[in-house]
Amino acid sequence: MAVVEAKNLSKIFGKNISQSIKMLDQGMTKEEILKKTGNTVGVNRASFSVEEGEIFVIMGLSGSGKSTLVRLINRLIDPSEGSILIDGKELATMDKKALRQVRREKLGMVFQQFALFPHRTILQNAGFGLEVQGIDKAEREKRAEESLKLVGLGDYMHQKPGQLSGGMQQRVGLARALANDPKVLLMDEAFSALDPLIRKEMQDELIDLQSTMKKTIIFITHDLDEALRLGDRIALMKDGAIVQIGTPEEILMNPANDYVEKFVEDVDRSKILTASHIMKRPETINIDKHGPRAALERMRKEGISSILVVDDKRRLQGYVTADDASEARKKEVSNIKEILKTDILKVVPDTPMQEIFSIIYDTPIPIAVVGDDNRLNGIIVRGAVLAALANDGEVNMDA
Amino acid sequence: MLDFMDKIPLAEWTESATSWIQDAFAFLFEPIKSHFGDFMDFISGDLLPGIPPILFILIVAVIAFFVSGKKLGLAVFSIVGLWFVYNQELWDALMSTVTLVILASLLSVIIGVPVGILMAKSKIANSILTPVLDFMQTMPAFVYLIPAVAFFGIGMVPGVFASLIFATPPTVRFTNLGIRQVSNDLIEASDSFGATGSQKLFKVELPMAKGTIMAGINQTVMLALSMVVIASMIGAPGLGSQVLSSLQRASVGTGFVAGIGIVILAIIIDRITQNMNKGKE
Repeated sequence: MAVVEAKNLSKIFGKNISQSIKMLDQGMTKEEILKKTGNTVGVNRASFSVEEGEIFVIMGLSGSGKSTLVRLINRLIDPSEGSILIDGKELATMDKKALRQVRREKLGMVFQQFALFPHRTILQNAGFGLEVQGIDKAEREKRAEESLKLVGLGDYMHQKPGQLSGGMQQRVGLARALANDPKVLLMDEAFSALDPLIRKEMQDELIDLQSTMKKTIIFITHDLDEALRLGDRIALMKDGAIVQIGTPEEILMNPANDYVEKFVEDVDRSKILTASHIMKRPETINIDKHGPRAALERMRKEGISSILVVDDKRRLQGYVTADDASEARKKEVSNIKEILKTDILKVVPDTPMQEIFSIIYDTPIPIAVVGDDNRLNGIIVRGAVLAALANDGEVNMDA
Repeated sequence: MLDFMDKIPLAEWTESATSWIQDAFAFLFEPIKSHFGDFMDFISGDLLPGIPPILFILIVAVIAFFVSGKKLGLAVFSIVGLWFVYNQELWDALMSTVTLVILASLLSVIIGVPVGILMAKSKIANSILTPVLDFMQTMPAFVYLIPAVAFFGIGMVPGVFASLIFATPPTVRFTNLGIRQVSNDLIEASDSFGATGSQKLFKVELPMAKGTIMAGINQTVMLALSMVVIASMIGAPGLGSQVLSSLQRASVGTGFVAGIGIVILAIIIDRITQNMNKGKE
């Protein structure tokens, strides 16, 4: 079931909202509405649903409405139209008291500029959400402390935020949001104010934490690399509207329109693509059924200089080269096992292409992609790696 | 051209309005005058003079020492300055002035901070009260003395009343400003965790605005002190009345000495309230 669901969500800033809403429904653009009414379209009929336990990234350039959208989700900004369902409950029409309850119990938020309370200690900051719920001091300090330990700040509890570095401050922000144990974590450009090294560290840590916490995370960013790194799914926004929603691969490989295509053009594909995207269907021979003669025949037919050898269950055994096979044929050797070589490079399907680079350049034979139980999934040849980087479509998206 | 109508009788209206208020609220003014007046007389006549001057000076010096971050400068100044006032036989006048300033400031803060919060929270209150504050601050302070006398007679009570009107605006303005200046991020953060309005006010906004509010209070105390001289015209006792009587008798010397007394008090109060503000940050 979807934890967060937005239907046709719009936000217009200005006067005479209903007129602008009508214009939106007629399909007028943000600029046209601005010109005609002077109103700014913050979010334009956004619809999406976020499943439990996924990291849903909303990405777009500044002014694309992503920060407005995330504030519509916990109603820091009231929507002009449309509905927001949290756990199936409509938030848009909820009264203040019920809204507070939802914010306290289900939603945690992490801010771009950390938004820590400078007059409170780290521990008091982390416990703020619990404090407003009226949880007694001993209990909330215990939970705040646990939360701080989770982000690695157990030793800084009695300092003030001003004494901590940016990265540490944002850990406090994260701990504060986690202390409530919310179902949904809203992260508004949470790592954007950090320098690149710290940012990467925080991303890794979030992925780490997420593997144990299984929260539903809505992550806002303007950084495509970050979106691709973190997102299970990505929603790309432009001018307040969602242009495309999909997995990182879908966005990269099948951009919905020119805008998305332009956007993803400069992405370092080697960070996104994995072995499974660039592997090809391998030519193989069976270790028990085929001899050197058959191997040589197959190689000649396919125009390759080596061939992989598998058993009945397609488990990789090794490879034979054309030279060895023709030698063996001359010597009338019939058992393929005598010329079998096992010094083959193996990778798993999730291996990022970046790592494949470093091993493929000095190996003459293809790299084998193997899954569980040494089962052969495919091979990677040098040409495919280059093709994938050049994005000429030779990648295998159904992998 | 300009004489198309007779003089607008604003002065008469004001007078009749004032006397109407005076009659209608006599039930309020009378008890304030008598009880509050007794209370003030008690403080300035019995309580403060009851403290031996040497003890009073030492207490002020210790407070000065600690609020200025354990530096000696202000403490030494307090001791020398207050001793000088004592030496000039102005101690009783000083006690009256201190009473007047402290009570007027206290009331200003008690009224000013909540009004400032109201202005920060409500656009309507803000747009109504801003011109009222402008009016209160720009109207010559002497003018307040007239209704003050009408309502409360002469003495300390109307002095406090006039000081209140004159000295409250900075506290109101700075409280308003301080709360409005709290960064939107922090407001969003406290909202996003489901804080109620009063939780937000007491846990985030007021603590964050404290420095600004303290600056406003410092201004209020200073204005209250400056009102002391003026309030002596309606019989408020203290250093101000010494200045006034010197003026009437054209005796430069005593006027100057009493003036120095006010300056000493002003410096001590100003530095102490300013440092209270700094110390917290």
